[in-house]
Amino acid sequence: MSPDLVALAVVIILPLFGALIAVAAPGHGGRIAVTVALGTLAAALVLLVRVGGAEPVVVEVGTWSPPLGIALRADGPAVLLLSVSALILLCVVLYSRPLIGSRSARMNQTFWALLLLLWGALSVIFLSRDLFNLYVGLELLSLTAVALVAIEGRRETLAAALRYLLFALTGSLLYLLGVVLLYAVHGTLDLGLLSGRLGTGATDGLALAAMTAGLAAKTALFPFHVWLPPAHAGAPAPASAVLSALVPKASLYILLRLWFEGSPALAGEVVVQSLGVLGALAVLHGSLMAFRQERLKLVIAYSTVAQIGYLFLIFPIAAGEPAGADAAWRGTQFQLLSHALAKASMFLCAGLVVEAAGHDRLARLAGFARAQPMTLFAFGLAAVTLIGLPPSGGFLAKYLLFNAAFDAGVPVWSLVVLIGGLLAAAYLFRPIALAWRAPDADRTAFAPVARSRQLLPMLLAIAALSIGLAPGGPAGLMGGLP
Amino acid sequence: MPVWMPYAFCAAGLIGLGLYGLITDPRLLGRILAFNVVGSGIFLLFGALARRGSVDYADPVPQAMIITGIVVAISATALALGLTVAHARAGGGESLPDDDPAEDRPRGSGE
Repeated sequence: MSPDLVALAVVIILPLFGALIAVAAPGHGGRIAVTVALGTLAAALVLLVRVGGAEPVVVEVGTWSPPLGIALRADGPAVLLLSVSALILLCVVLYSRPLIGSRSARMNQTFWALLLLLWGALSVIFLSRDLFNLYVGLELLSLTAVALVAIEGRRETLAAALRYLLFALTGSLLYLLGVVLLYAVHGTLDLGLLSGRLGTGATDGLALAAMTAGLAAKTALFPFHVWLPPAHAGAPAPASAVLSALVPKASLYILLRLWFEGSPALAGEVVVQSLGVLGALAVLHGSLMAFRQERLKLVIAYSTVAQIGYLFLIFPIAAGEPAGADAAWRGTQFQLLSHALAKASMFLCAGLVVEAAGHDRLARLAGFARAQPMTLFAFGLAAVTLIGLPPSGGFLAKYLLFNAAFDAGVPVWSLVVLIGGLLAAAYLFRPIALAWRAPDADRTAFAPVARSRQLLPMLLAIAALSIGLAPGGPAGLMGGLP
Repeated sequence: MPVWMPYAFCAAGLIGLGLYGLITDPRLLGRILAFNVVGSGIFLLFGALARRGSVDYADPVPQAMIITGIVVAISATALALGLTVAHARAGGGESLPDDDPAEDRPRGSGE
């Protein structure tokens, strides 16, 4: 077996086996997770290098070819997402070890298993080419994500988890309905074989509508976002980092593959325009709500609602003049990657705030800048990416989307990018300004937090920034609109 | 009428009823049951459509997928029931609070 095939198998199998071992050997979860994280990151980087230098790596599982078998394919966008998620999860695992280690034995047993199962599901979704296989991956992802929200067992988090679960299950059923209708017409669920054939069958429109609605609900597109803020703000901070940075991207990734690889010809004017309008509303609504929150984790969670909105602007832009399509495709991927890194960094910062202060109320953060300057600096760097200031990855994403809207002859969408950036500056500046205020005399001091753990959000924020400093490599892997 | 047609109509009915319940029923248990009704409808539709075309045998691939789908649905139901019980034990009652949770609501400056 060639090294790239081994690497492809490792990124899926290692997290799944790690989860099983973490259940079987409670008390060693942290060590198992670190081992799995290092191994999976190494395999993802091998894939990144191999795919960067040559063709995509394709495996037909058990040598059964589609339409009977399932193909796994690591192409440019897939390996970029795999590498970024491996980096984020490694940081989350290192961050969580002291935090989870101090909790109950039950928490130790379940947290690591759930985190690793979630990782396995992400890898499957990024690699699989089979729509039903993707359904199974999506369900595994949703169930582990919901369980991570509920893991602390408080009443509010249980309610948030149930609300999340109901949205996720409705979304999966709609997606599954679409899969059934596509199979009935085309007799295959392989994305490669379906490519170009979607839209020819009588029920394809209904199938795609159901799948799009289901995946949009799972991605928390406005107005299906109501589950996201309580769920992401209620989970333990390292879990929130993964939930906010990576989980909504998985369903969006399937949506992008389905629309742009599967059925480029089917883009109905009404559908793509309404997806764009919902994305624009998500940017506005999420930003305004983020500005009005009193708790840091809720600010960050509503910011996710807003940042997800940008990812849907590709639909109307790609439907415009072809000149803007490639830039929109790359801009969307830069947004996916840089938002994932920046958002994970922010939630880890929020976790450090909670550990040091015992709460995350913005009104009582005065003096935090003096207590943990490095954490606040990391938060600020991550904010630079989310606002879209140069030279960050977020700037590149927004710049590409902005120009693509003009090239595509639909400049109205570039307004959304501009307004969203301004609003992001407003709601992210607020917590930073409050943390800079001089501490009140009667407040108790912040508890100390290990310097090494403050480095982790910093590392992620620097990674988000460096995507913008060296965009050549990723851009080459992203390719043009398929 | 082709042999699969009555099954497909039944399936469409189940999916419609289930979706209605999933959206309108305020009780958690009712919604979990509704989820299973939609799921059964989709599996029935999948099985019925496997018998399409002029051949007189059913396509076996959908059956394999239905079995996988049932396993997934059972896991999801188990998690949903477990969360519902935990939610009720924590004093949350049998339905979710209608409005957003208190911490989700933006506070006025007077608070």
